Parts: sequence; structure tokens; C-alpha cells
Amino acid sequence: MLELEFLIIFMILGAIIAIETKDMLSSVVAVGISGLGLSLAFLFLKAPDLAITQLVVEILCLIILIRATLRRDLPFSTSGRWYFNTTVTFVFLGAFLFLSYFILKELPSFGQPLMRVSEFYLNQGKNLTKATNLVTSIILNFRAYDTLGEATVLFTAVIGVLAVVRKIGRK
Amino acid sequence: MAGSKEVEWGDIWHNPLGGKERKMLEQKNNNTSEQKNKNTLEQTESKGMSLIVKTITRLTVGLILLYGIYIVLHGHISPGGGFAGGVIIALSFIHLMLAFGKEEVLKRFSSEYITFFEGLGATLFLGIAILGFLAGYFFLDFFVDKGAPFNLFSAGNIPLYNIAIGIKVSSGLFAIFVFLVLLRVIKDKDKQ
Amino acid sequence: MRVYFLCFILFAVGLYAILRKRNLIKIIIGTIICEYAVNLFLILIAYRKDGRAPIYSPGQEVKNMVDPLPQALVLTSIVIGLAVTALLVGLAIRIYEKYKTFDITKINQLKG
Repeated sequence: MLELEFLIIFMILGAIIAIETKDMLSSVVAVGISGLGLSLAFLFLKAPDLAITQLVVEILCLIILIRATLRRDLPFSTSGRWYFNTTVTFVFLGAFLFLSYFILKELPSFGQPLMRVSEFYLNQGKNLTKATNLVTSIILNFRAYDTLGEATVLFTAVIGVLAVVRKIGRK
Repeated sequence: MAGSKEVEWGDIWHNPLGGKERKMLEQKNNNTSEQKNKNTLEQTESKGMSLIVKTITRLTVGLILLYGIYIVLHGHISPGGGFAGGVIIALSFIHLMLAFGKEEVLKRFSSEYITFFEGLGATLFLGIAILGFLAGYFFLDFFVDKGAPFNLFSAGNIPLYNIAIGIKVSSGLFAIFVFLVLLRVIKDKDKQ
Repeated sequence: MRVYFLCFILFAVGLYAILRKRNLIKIIIGTIICEYAVNLFLILIAYRKDGRAPIYSPGQEVKNMVDPLPQALVLTSIVIGLAVTALLVGLAIRIYEKYKTFDITKINQLKG
């Protein structure tokens, strides 16, 4: 799928711009562009639920990031063990990408998934639950424990934010 | 007036600016004209955006809320569901808060109501799940007649779960935004 | 196969930002990029050639749909990623208030 590969190259360019720019506002905008590209990629991969969710979550993530970075720039300096750090990082990332080539040959090729468990959900999902959106019937009927775990994680994250930003503290 | 005194935990809940801080803020705003010039940036920021933005917000925020509720309720027929609809409802409240300023909106929605609704959503989700204990299962789908496939009232428990998740996600994300914003107002006043 | 490799390159870009950057906001942006790459990889595995979205339309019989199971997993993962990002940004704001900087080499005072 040629358009999908162009889209992922666009996302990679957006990510590289986001982490290399010295201006904070430009890097936040670049992350936003990368997220919108991901939402388009979900549409090409025939997943409309995920495209809607990724779009609105991306907007909210931009609002929260802008709140933290407005009017706070940081000067750039390269002190310390800079050369050793850079070479070790590049060697590690090069080994990671080289070894991933051998792993990716073992996966089923792009376009033919092994659907051993999903055959049951596709054939019997509409008869057993009478819901026409199969993804919703999976997350709320067949696999509802995962949704319970997700609700717990969201609750914990909200409580965590409330605990971190309250006013009690000593200077 | 160093910022090292401790404030009680109750202040941030009932009164977003705190009783003592509000009095000190008013005293400082009435003091000198130089301080008035310094404070105008925060004052105009907290009073919201320009008139065009406020007028458009009044027209469209109700439609955004309605669209979010539509996506939550039709989660079993069309793409969407509880999570996407919950985030859209939270975005409509955040839109209101960005356009009209912090104090105007926080006078109407206090922090107690937002956290109450979040707890209500989580409890509702768990409550519907535990009701299956009456028959010996957890997460039992207790509608025997599930209706025809493309109707609104069909698919058993799924619309009820979608509503609970919608309430929980929307109030949780709005609470995160309110508390991240509230910290800034008090911090800038402490630095002077 | 090329598509999987490009997705891994996106993950490596995010990993580089987490390991090498000195600004706390750039580290948070690296975490966001890593999370996009993982979600994309899970959906790439679930694509069937000439498939359709897993939603029924009234009056149509569809036979080949894409795999709905990884889509259900990624749907919750996206919202959890947002909550983790909000928590990290809250911590970063608190650190800025105390140390007046986002530089991680200057945040090294453990106080009680």
C-alpha cells in the first residue's frame, strides 16, 4: 500500500522535527501533525473507531502540552560526556534496527493475518449480542474485564494528577 | 509574604482561589499603579478571549456537547463508543473554559461536582457488572430479549456501559484540565 | 514488510529522544512518539487485504472484515496514553516550579 508508506514517512519527518527544534511551540505543533497523520493511517487501515478517538485525544494532548511549555524556553548546551553518550546511543539503535529485520521476516506478511480467535467473533458476534458494531461488542461484552482494567487505570491517573498539583508543599 | 506558608487542603476544593489568597490578591491589586500595570497581563488573560471568540463559543458549544452525547449513545450502531464520546464532551467544557476565562466557569462548576461525577461513572460501571452476582456470574448480560439489530434500544447491556464510561472519561479529563490550570494562577501570585 | 520496518524506525526516533535529550519536555514528546509507533504496529498486524471495517451496514452481507480484536485493544490504549501524558506533564510543571528549569542535569537534589 503505497499511500500508507508515504504517510508513515511523513510521520517520521514530523517526529524528527518535533525533537530537534529549539522552539517549544514548533515542536508541540509538529507532534500534533504527527498525531493527525496517525489518525489518517487508521482510516487507511479500515478502523473508523480508532480514527475518531485518536483525533480528539490528539487535540486534548496538544492543549495539555501547550499549557506546560508556554513562555518557558531552554538554552542549548553540550557539556559533559557528550561524545560517549552519542556513540553508545547510535550503536544501540543501529543494533536494534538490524536485529529487527530478522524478526520481521517471521511475522505473517502484511495483508494476511492469522485470525484464529477472531473467526469466532466475526461469525457469531452479531447473533450473540445483536450489536452491529463488532469492536464495541468485543470491548464491552466478550472482553469486558479489559475495559474494567482500563477504567481503573484512568481513575488512578486522575487521582495521581490531583495528588501531584495540589498546593501543599514546602519551598 | 513568602510563599512558604502551608494552605489547608480544603481551600482548593470550596474556593478556587482560597480565602486568604483572595483577600491578599485584592489588597495587592488596589495598592499601586505599577503593580496594576504588572498585573494587567494576568487579569486580561483570566478574563478570556476577544468578543468574536466569545460569540462563536456561545453558538457552538451546545452543538459540540450534543454531538458528543450522540456518539456515546449510538456506540453499538455506528463507530464511536464511550471513549471517543467522553473525550468530545470534555472538549466542549474545555472550550467554554478557554473562551471565557477561568474564574467565570469555575464559579459555576465547582471542583466538588466534577470529582463527584467521576466517582459516579466508575461506580455505575462496577455496579452494573456486580449485578450479575444475583445469578452467579460477573458481567452477566441480563437482558434476555436483546431486540433487533439496528435499533437504538438493543444489544443488552452495551448502551448502559457506554453511558457509564462516557460520564467517567469526560469528567475525569475535565478534572485533569481544571487542576492543571488552577496551579498556575496561584503560583504566579506567590512569586511577587 | 517495508511497512513494519518503517514503523520500527518511528519507534527508534522516539527512543532516541528519550535517551539523548536534556530537556524534560523533549523526553515527554519522545514518550508520545513511542506510543504512536506501538499503536500503529498493532493495527498493521490486523489488516486484511481488500477487507472492510468491522461494522455491519443495514441491508448488506459482508464476508471479509479486518481483524477486530487488536482494534479493541488499541482503543483503550489510546485513552490510557493520554492519561499517562497528563500525569507526566503534571510532574514536569511541579519540577519547574521547584527548580526553575527543565534541564535534567540540574535536577539532582534529593530533599526530604
